[in-house]
Amino acid sequence: MQLSRRNVMIMGTGAFVAFGLPMSANAKGEDEIAAFTGGAEMADTGITLTAPEIAENGNTVPIEVSAPGATEIMVLALGNPVPPVATFKFGPLAASQHASTRIRLAGTQDVVAIAKMADGSFAKASSTVKVTIGGCGG
Amino acid sequence: MISRRDFLQTSMAAAALLGTSGFGSWARLAAQQALSQDQLLEFDTFGNVSLIHVTDIHAQLKPIYFREPSVNLGVGPNKGEVPHVTGADFRRLYGIDDGSPAHYALSSGDFAALAAGYGRVGGLDRVATVINAIRADRPDALLLDGGDTWHGSYTCYHSQGQDMVNVMNALKPDAMTFHWEFTLGSDRVTELVEGLPYAALGQNIFDAEWDEPAELFKPYEFFERGGVKIAVIGQAFPYMPIANPGWMFPEYSFGIRDEHMQQMVDEVRAEGAELVVCLSHNGFDVDKKMAGIVTGIDVILSGHTHDALPEPVQVGDTIIVASGSNGKFVSRVDLDVRDGRMMGFRHKLIPIFSDVITPDAEIAALIDEQRAPHAEALAEVIGRTDGLLYRRGNFNGSWDDLICDALLTRREAEIALSPGVRWGPSLIPGQDITREDIWGVTSMTYPEAYRSEMTGEFLKIVLEDVADNIFNPDPYYQQGGDMVRTGGLGYKIDISKPQGERITDMTLLATGEAIDPARNYVVAGWASVNEGTEGPPIWDVVEEHIRNLGTVSPAENTSVTVTGL
Repeated sequence: MQLSRRNVMIMGTGAFVAFGLPMSANAKGEDEIAAFTGGAEMADTGITLTAPEIAENGNTVPIEVSAPGATEIMVLALGNPVPPVATFKFGPLAASQHASTRIRLAGTQDVVAIAKMADGSFAKASSTVKVTIGGCGG
Repeated sequence: MISRRDFLQTSMAAAALLGTSGFGSWARLAAQQALSQDQLLEFDTFGNVSLIHVTDIHAQLKPIYFREPSVNLGVGPNKGEVPHVTGADFRRLYGIDDGSPAHYALSSGDFAALAAGYGRVGGLDRVATVINAIRADRPDALLLDGGDTWHGSYTCYHSQGQDMVNVMNALKPDAMTFHWEFTLGSDRVTELVEGLPYAALGQNIFDAEWDEPAELFKPYEFFERGGVKIAVIGQAFPYMPIANPGWMFPEYSFGIRDEHMQQMVDEVRAEGAELVVCLSHNGFDVDKKMAGIVTGIDVILSGHTHDALPEPVQVGDTIIVASGSNGKFVSRVDLDVRDGRMMGFRHKLIPIFSDVITPDAEIAALIDEQRAPHAEALAEVIGRTDGLLYRRGNFNGSWDDLICDALLTRREAEIALSPGVRWGPSLIPGQDITREDIWGVTSMTYPEAYRSEMTGEFLKIVLEDVADNIFNPDPYYQQGGDMVRTGGLGYKIDISKPQGERITDMTLLATGEAIDPARNYVVAGWASVNEGTEGPPIWDVVEEHIRNLGTVSPAENTSVTVTGL
């Protein structure tokens, strides 16, 4: 008798979060971005965000950011209750402007990385990570 | 790069395979006379390299019937594109005559009648004959296995894949990649892979803890053939821990990892590879997208989604070859590689008509040896079918209808759920149903038929979630299976909508009432990816059901209405 009731409820909860993504979460992320960039334009090149298309485990999703010449990279999970994930700061002696970590995602959502460059410009990359119940592979 | 002329050569090879006359009769005798082994194998050896591709055999050692899907919908950029073209439209697209051998092998429509005429397909002893014939033309041809080989039958389950390993080893492949193999569990996979006399490849098989390439699987292997340095890069099924139970192989992480694929291509090119072949278990649409992102791959040998295409699909400078499933086809791809470049190709998808191709005696004996200990159990007749039993189709198949009925009846449930897998042979009207046949559509290492309660709201979430795994317009978010099959539950689906809006009008078929989001429903299903699932194995549930029925009479399934095409 599987898919015990408890598991079903756990799955249900995770999925509800995924589907019931409140629009205000996005807006909250927008505020954080505005505070980081001061509302400046963001280029769509100069930063690479690597994340899985579908998370194997939404509780620990490996991501990687890289932005040569950046002084700071901010990472946000727009669909999480608290969108900011991390801000990496690179000093002038940093050999590369690259970081990798694992983040927790409440459900399917966009992960965003924004780099602040040494010249004060900004670049943004975004990737949709799907968190799924899983099931039936061919 | 690939000239128009070379493409025409490909088409001509395909035309030779398809044949244009004399195949109209459905009589078996006519089929045998019109179709000869020489004709099926006919091929003007071309260039300096030959690739032989088999994939998704799903442990089908013996000839079987296999009906291709009549419903295989494409979305987004793949709407109306191959392999999302079926039946008469498929035949028109490739110029295939109705009633011809190619009609029977490659498309749906009139399947039962054509099967009675043309007979079974596949059988690894016949596949061996074809491989030997290609090797007679080109002794150093590369044989590449796209995976889903050590799964899918009674003997494979009971030998934990050993029967398939024994037979495949005798065919002497050069490399292999993986999917369902992992559901044998990491310990068994390690044991089998360590004993393989050929390369076990997967550039996207990573160590889950350290997120770095797994030691057991090499990303690629070099081969020197016909004076050409060839790199074969493996690509395992990207969504293994999501589509299958990750707890059975927790040490591994997968994903598409196309940026790592690009690194591997650049690495092998830097080491002097003149030809780069990707042995892939991505699924066709994912391979197509990847071919447009990763540069430098000459040939993708595509598996997972079980598509059989009589011509390669070209994306940029990459050709993608789809070789079907269940041992039904072998692809031969001859390549002209000069000055470090692929200058042209000739391709043939060879259908394995089991009554036409002579079995290889050595492999036939080896197959019999694997089956001998189980002969009695395999052959036991459980019932009979007076209609066609098949699986393939985006929403349902008569085998799955029968499995759902078995779950509803034997597990006393209101609603049944059956996974949308694409493996499993067909049975034609009038055939006995043996235990082997039941295992052919149910065999797996997580077969527990659970019985549980789910709210109407949660059922909708399940359907929406699975639908997005098929109909997300971006192939990278698809998992390559079909829609979960439902018993006792009808619904409408608009495949053009986003997740959460596709499924409407869910109905409990027993009463005709709308599904109540707040109510609990008794649901029976199988193949749960969750650890600790309890219940009898699905093959026992189905066997009891068929035994009780005696004769199975599949009826048309109208419980799913599809829109947004």
